[in-house]
Amino acid sequence: MTESLTAKTIRITGHAGDEIEAYLAVPDDGSSSRGSVVVIHHMPGYDSSTKEIVRKFAAHGYAALMPNLYYRDAPGASPDDAAAAARAKGGVPDERLVGDVSGAAEHLRGLPAANGKVGVIGYCSGGRQSFLAACSLQLDAAVDCYGACIVKAPPAGLPITLTPLVGMAGDLSCPLLGLFGADDKLPAPDETAELSNILDELGKPHEFHTYDGAGHAFFAVDRPAYRPEAANDGWQKIWDFYGQHLAG
Amino acid sequence: MCTYQTEQLSITGSGKGASGWFALSDATVYFDHPVHAMAEHTLNIDFLNPGRGPSARVAVELTAESARELAKAIEAALASVPAEMLG
Repeated sequence: MTESLTAKTIRITGHAGDEIEAYLAVPDDGSSSRGSVVVIHHMPGYDSSTKEIVRKFAAHGYAALMPNLYYRDAPGASPDDAAAAARAKGGVPDERLVGDVSGAAEHLRGLPAANGKVGVIGYCSGGRQSFLAACSLQLDAAVDCYGACIVKAPPAGLPITLTPLVGMAGDLSCPLLGLFGADDKLPAPDETAELSNILDELGKPHEFHTYDGAGHAFFAVDRPAYRPEAANDGWQKIWDFYGQHLAG
Repeated sequence: MCTYQTEQLSITGSGKGASGWFALSDATVYFDHPVHAMAEHTLNIDFLNPGRGPSARVAVELTAESARELAKAIEAALASVPAEMLG
């Protein structure tokens, strides 16, 4: 772990060649070879708490980059205003998400000292999107933190259309780490267990952990849902997983 | 959980945001994670004018109980005045 890092806002090329904003953090550790991580923000957007997560990856030796998925909806707006604007427009289309993660991964592969290995991680809606990216792009490790609507369709009556992604599971390009709360309703433990069974049948390497006493968003240190025991163990699982598949 | 739920409606009126008063044209209402309120989920209302950009927004995040009380109070306030005042 390094105490010294550089973090800044940059521009990258996202889906359809669009220039979008992204937040980059890189360790200043003198390493000549390091792995990279694309961080997918949650529905509340490109906010300070998720930027803190980006810096955390850099502190642990990874170059990390978070594309602002709402940049097109509200360039220059505050994260919460941008999230509200994106929501009013129906959210982030899956195709655009994949294009933006692809652009972020490509940017990371081109950085000095990049070892060519890129992982992805997402929280909440970003957990589903992490799975989507890993089934759509050639990546090296994916982490899904409580992403719903992968196996099951969203509850009836919601105006936003989210297509279950489980049909894409055969295209999963990399090992998957899933971190879930036993008290979560979306995804509920039966949905994540079903996904695990499907991945077993497909021979797709994965490792799922479901924490008792934790619900949705247990990693969120600034929310009442924060569960330090689950979050601390979850972070250790992430360091072990990325250490195995991305480091060096 | 994220609910992804969003009710949308057109409205007429004004709101006061970070840059002062502006005309409102739209509102979104949803029960989901708040940005600021210390609750896992809240009833969120965004009063908007998209024509003036994404920052033309007045936002509130209310607990479910507060939102129900607010809805009742709005109905009560409207019911307490003569119908001819309501246009």
